[in-house]
Amino acid sequence: MTIRETFEKLRSRDELAFIPYQTAGFPTLDESLRNLQLLAEHGADLLEIGIPFSDPIADGPTIQYSSHVALDNGVRLKDVLTALGQLELPCPLVMMSYLNPLMAHGRERLFADMRAAGISGLIVPDLSLEEADEWLAAARACDISIVFLLAPTSTDERIRRIAELTDGFIYAVSLTGTTGARRALPAGLPNFLNRIRAVTDKPIVVGFGISAPEHVRALRGQADGVVVASRIIDAIRRGDEWTGLVESLKAATG
Amino acid sequence: MRMPTSANRRGYFGSFGGSFVPETLVYALDQLSEAYEAIKTDAEFHKELDALLRDYVGRPTPLYFAKQLSAHLDGARIYLKREDLAHTGAHKINNAIGQVLLARRMGKRRIIAETGAGQHGVATATACALLGLECHVYMGAEDIRRQRMNALRMNLLGSKLIQVDSGSKTLKDAINEAIRDWVTNVETTHYVIGSVVGPHPYPCLVRDFQTVIGRETREQIMAKEGRLPDLIVACVGGGSNAIGIFHDFIPEETVKLVGVEGGGCGLASKKHAATLLAGTVGVLHGAKSYLMQDEDGQICETHSISAGLDYPGVGPEHSSLKDAGRVEYTLATDDEALAALKLLSAREGIIPALESAHAVAYAIKVAPRMNQDQIIVINLSGRGDKDLEIVEGLV
Repeated sequence: MTIRETFEKLRSRDELAFIPYQTAGFPTLDESLRNLQLLAEHGADLLEIGIPFSDPIADGPTIQYSSHVALDNGVRLKDVLTALGQLELPCPLVMMSYLNPLMAHGRERLFADMRAAGISGLIVPDLSLEEADEWLAAARACDISIVFLLAPTSTDERIRRIAELTDGFIYAVSLTGTTGARRALPAGLPNFLNRIRAVTDKPIVVGFGISAPEHVRALRGQADGVVVASRIIDAIRRGDEWTGLVESLKAATG
Repeated sequence: MRMPTSANRRGYFGSFGGSFVPETLVYALDQLSEAYEAIKTDAEFHKELDALLRDYVGRPTPLYFAKQLSAHLDGARIYLKREDLAHTGAHKINNAIGQVLLARRMGKRRIIAETGAGQHGVATATACALLGLECHVYMGAEDIRRQRMNALRMNLLGSKLIQVDSGSKTLKDAINEAIRDWVTNVETTHYVIGSVVGPHPYPCLVRDFQTVIGRETREQIMAKEGRLPDLIVACVGGGSNAIGIFHDFIPEETVKLVGVEGGGCGLASKKHAATLLAGTVGVLHGAKSYLMQDEDGQICETHSISAGLDYPGVGPEHSSLKDAGRVEYTLATDDEALAALKLLSAREGIIPALESAHAVAYAIKVAPRMNQDQIIVINLSGRGDKDLEIVEGLV
């Protein structure tokens, strides 16, 4: 199923897309891939896999930690792409990476390799709209969606331009800050989501800070999906049983 | 030769620079660009800045003829641009005062900064104490250990020092944490970057606050010698003191410009910070430039005896000047820098910062091969008091 078909199906059922995240290589590469499969079995509608980077400036302590462990395990972008090629997943997979590892891999080779690995989309937190032209062209040639992020500080003009350019969905960063589980949704979030909805029908996925079923429920009617990352990585790190958490998050989507 | 001295509208010096940042920061950078454009022609702003540079920083800093050192090396006449005599002991104050004034004008009450050697942290803390703004400085744990006195100075100046324990616990990681703080507090906070690195407009903004060094040098050398120097040499970490003294001379083809990187234990040892000599092009901290990285695009840890040169990136304008061939980049090893520090201290009674000692080391190498009609200017970017604990036992 494609990203588009997934959102169409979920919209017809009045459900949010549940998009859990794994850092590739945390706790090990094998375990992170097995966890992707487990996440899919326990309710994921899409999956996000993060490529570890030495300097993850948009990430809080949890993803910094998992990235650090993954790098210490020697896991690099090329290893992840190769391993994913051997993996069958029942739902679309998007990849998150900072720009520098992608540049080192080489732009043309990257999208061909992503396609061979069965990855549908790419999220690059430090690729701004202004720098994206060549990346967009190369991605489209390989039928890979580049998903852009919007932030509460984005002007209406930027919201309009990014909503036009983004492919698959819009990643709405819920707050001004880094990734990491938070207790409550930010007060200004409904207003921010309304500003996006006013200019586009494309799916809006909310991420950063989402950590509880009540956060997910509160977003019904305002967004089309949620990313949950740090909350799940924290649970894996602590050795907690986390499939129950994942099921409760999915149950809150519809 | 085409002079790549000015960035285009999107902050590119040739193919280097740009703005690679999380979306959250785009609005803050746009706001900063707007404020930066506005002050370029604002006479009031420059009147206030110039008065502070004169009466508070102590500018112009002297251009001093190092007679004993020149005689000892028996070659070119060596002048020192005495940025070590600026208030707080280094050139960093030029940019810190400028940016904190700009932040106040923009209505931002909270200032954050990163620091490596501690000089930029001290300069920013000083500017904030002077102008009454709240100041938070991020500094790697390893650098706090190497630069304890500067950590203490920042506390005395009323700023909050935040120890960074991630990664290599040095400048790169302090910048990461400062960016994370900025992403979180962007609406109230201005990030005072300390070098000519980072996303547009920082490389231009920081440079423009540092070019006063080169403009003064031109006037002073014309007054003393009636002509321009043959060689200007400066150390390069991020590259702000180097751009500051080079910039005014870039169109002067008779003036050779040399930037000296932290050579650590030598290129072959892989324990160095010679980004322009050994790095490859990538994106770090918001700009495209030369970087120390592995084949997978992970940033490498660097080494230099000098905390201020220990950075795996470099300002994009330097990358462009390197590729254009206008500036020659080389390195001095830890040992060469230490020997230079020792020689300058003994011959001139001036203890240079370890960073600046790298530039002195290059002059020591080339001056004997030049003749007495030739002139070298060394940018003595900072004083060495902060480095005494490192130097203790090594010289």
